[in-house]
Amino acid sequence: MKLKGAEILVETLKREEVEYIFGIPGGVLLPIFDALYDSSIKFILTRHEQGAAHAADGYARATGKVGVCIATSGPGATNLVTGIATASMDSIPMVIFTGQVKRKLIGNDAFQEADVTGITRPITKHSYLVKDTQDLAKIIREAFYIASSGRPGPVLIDLPVDVTVEESEFEYPEKIELRSYKPTCLGHPGQIKKAAGLIKQSKKPIIYAGGGVLIADANRELKQLIDKTSIPITTTLLGLGCFPETHPLSLKMLGMHGTIYANYAIMNSDLIIAIGARFDDRVTGNTEKFAPEAKIIHIDIDPTTIGKNIPVDVPIVGDAKNVLKELNKIVQKPDIEAWLTQVKEWKAKNPLRYSQKGGLKPQYVMEEIYKLTKGEAIIVTEVGQNQMWAAQFYNYTKPRTFISSGGLGTMGYGLPAAIGAQFGCPDKTVFDIAGDGSIQMNIQELATAVLNKLPIKVAILNNSYLGMVRQWQELFYKKRYSHTHLVNPDFVKLAEAYGAVGFRIIRKEDVVPTLKKALNIKKPVVMDFVVKEEEDVFPMVPAGEAIDRMIEMA
Amino acid sequence: MKHTISVLVENKPGVLARIAGLFSARGFNIDSLSVGRTEDPTISEMTVVAEGDEHILEQIAKQLYKLIDVIKVEDLTKAKIEFIERELILVRLKISSDEEKKFQQIAEKIGAQILKRSEDVLIAEVVGEQNKIDTALDLLKQFDIQRIFRTGKIAMKL
Repeated sequence: MKLKGAEILVETLKREEVEYIFGIPGGVLLPIFDALYDSSIKFILTRHEQGAAHAADGYARATGKVGVCIATSGPGATNLVTGIATASMDSIPMVIFTGQVKRKLIGNDAFQEADVTGITRPITKHSYLVKDTQDLAKIIREAFYIASSGRPGPVLIDLPVDVTVEESEFEYPEKIELRSYKPTCLGHPGQIKKAAGLIKQSKKPIIYAGGGVLIADANRELKQLIDKTSIPITTTLLGLGCFPETHPLSLKMLGMHGTIYANYAIMNSDLIIAIGARFDDRVTGNTEKFAPEAKIIHIDIDPTTIGKNIPVDVPIVGDAKNVLKELNKIVQKPDIEAWLTQVKEWKAKNPLRYSQKGGLKPQYVMEEIYKLTKGEAIIVTEVGQNQMWAAQFYNYTKPRTFISSGGLGTMGYGLPAAIGAQFGCPDKTVFDIAGDGSIQMNIQELATAVLNKLPIKVAILNNSYLGMVRQWQELFYKKRYSHTHLVNPDFVKLAEAYGAVGFRIIRKEDVVPTLKKALNIKKPVVMDFVVKEEEDVFPMVPAGEAIDRMIEMA
Repeated sequence: MKHTISVLVENKPGVLARIAGLFSARGFNIDSLSVGRTEDPTISEMTVVAEGDEHILEQIAKQLYKLIDVIKVEDLTKAKIEFIERELILVRLKISSDEEKKFQQIAEKIGAQILKRSEDVLIAEVVGEQNKIDTALDLLKQFDIQRIFRTGKIAMKL
């Protein structure tokens, strides 16, 4: 059967079971959009290409499926860059299509031409510039395979317009075999045995779990490991939800804004079992001083992650689910009663806390969101103080319920990612926890949410500042608030202008009633919580310090 | 320490850019890089000479292998595998008639081949291991060198 390139594209995406494509059309994409016009795949028109990339990313994080977005050549494609880099840093499976000028014009500085595969090379797992229509189906199939296997990541396909117009025989390749790409999924049995040995001997072990557990869908296996061994667990920001934070052995998040007890526990441990985490600098603080007595078992599917930042005693390359399954078969409970008592004491003595003084508190808003949603909501965040409060003052108990830009720290991520998450999980309550700074970085996507009747709840923790930067200025630059104060628009009116519902909340007693009202509204609601301006995120480890040197609330 | 790393890659457009980009993005130091086709036209071989401590060299090998188009990475130095290495230099020199005899002696000593010459300018090539090339260049310095062009190293194990 001969099909046009654009038709091959749509047909292949159907076979890949793509439900949604997020994007914006453009000149060189006309043949593709014509083919999409009567296709069963739902196209979601965003208002900015960055929004499309983050929406595809949010969809992928909420569902575990591959997110798909598309943008036109030149500026459309360059607008995707932040979204691609965000997905790349957090290992999110995405396939990105970009339009390109026709083959003959490539390199001629044609209208809306950009070297997109060149620009995105360092922020994609792989990329293709399609030169021949007959390669298209195979390339798309490969792209989905590469994006979703091994350590997932974004894969970009650049499509010259004439490639989408020309006809070719359509054949969907049933199997993909790449001689140069064979991710190691099964852990080495000898290494797993060694790990079990170290665990058995340990006196002060801790599990340090990251986003890799969620990607590998290994939360059940992780739970089993903890049930069998009683080893306490701390997670990274992206690992939130991989183990119930309501469990007595959960130490919540560690690192720069982690809990005091998680940081004490890892610093004093004699064995760290790292699973799907990468010893990021926000986790380790000063690596020279990090967990000086600890031996380290590191389970990760990406061998480059192992030993990159911290020397490792037992490296295990493999998929977290497979490795934990094998480990659980042989692991034995270590004798750690004294350690558990110590950890329990740290936990009891140093809970997350904040001062009730000084007006409406952002932490209080998060606590009430947690209570009202019973921890069942999907919490998407922007980046900065809002993100840290969302991580701290909500107990994550289920996988894929916390969605945030961890590695890249992309402000403006939250709203479009919440849109993607809500499309992926239509029955769930989706919150975007925002700051007044970051919400304005992709506020235009309110239009997308309104048009698609998505009942997303945007909670702006509005402190009239770029709050995290202000906090650093307060603590380390003598309160010289250089260009961090924000004069904001009226967010209620802005919401209404877009056709959403807007509320402003100034008093503590209005928080719960407003949240309740918002939860009953079946369209986007923007809640402008006017919180204390100079509120800080505590505890905090100053950059470059050991992570047990935490600054606490005054 | 300098390590010689052999890399087999898919012979596809953009592969060289990916590898060069990897070295710059990760801040690895690259000493030389040669690339060419193998007996299989779909596969290219690269020889990368890179410098760093054990940790960095391990990262280089792992990061290279992580690239989708890379089929195989082998740190020949680290694996203590016996291999043959060769570099080639082309040198353009100006030789006066007084120097002719001396040049002939040195050329013989270093195994230089004279490829082309005009009245007073000649192009010579020297092929060999890095040490040999370094010695050759040292000896050739006494003449009026107009241009030196040195390839990267290529390596092959038995």
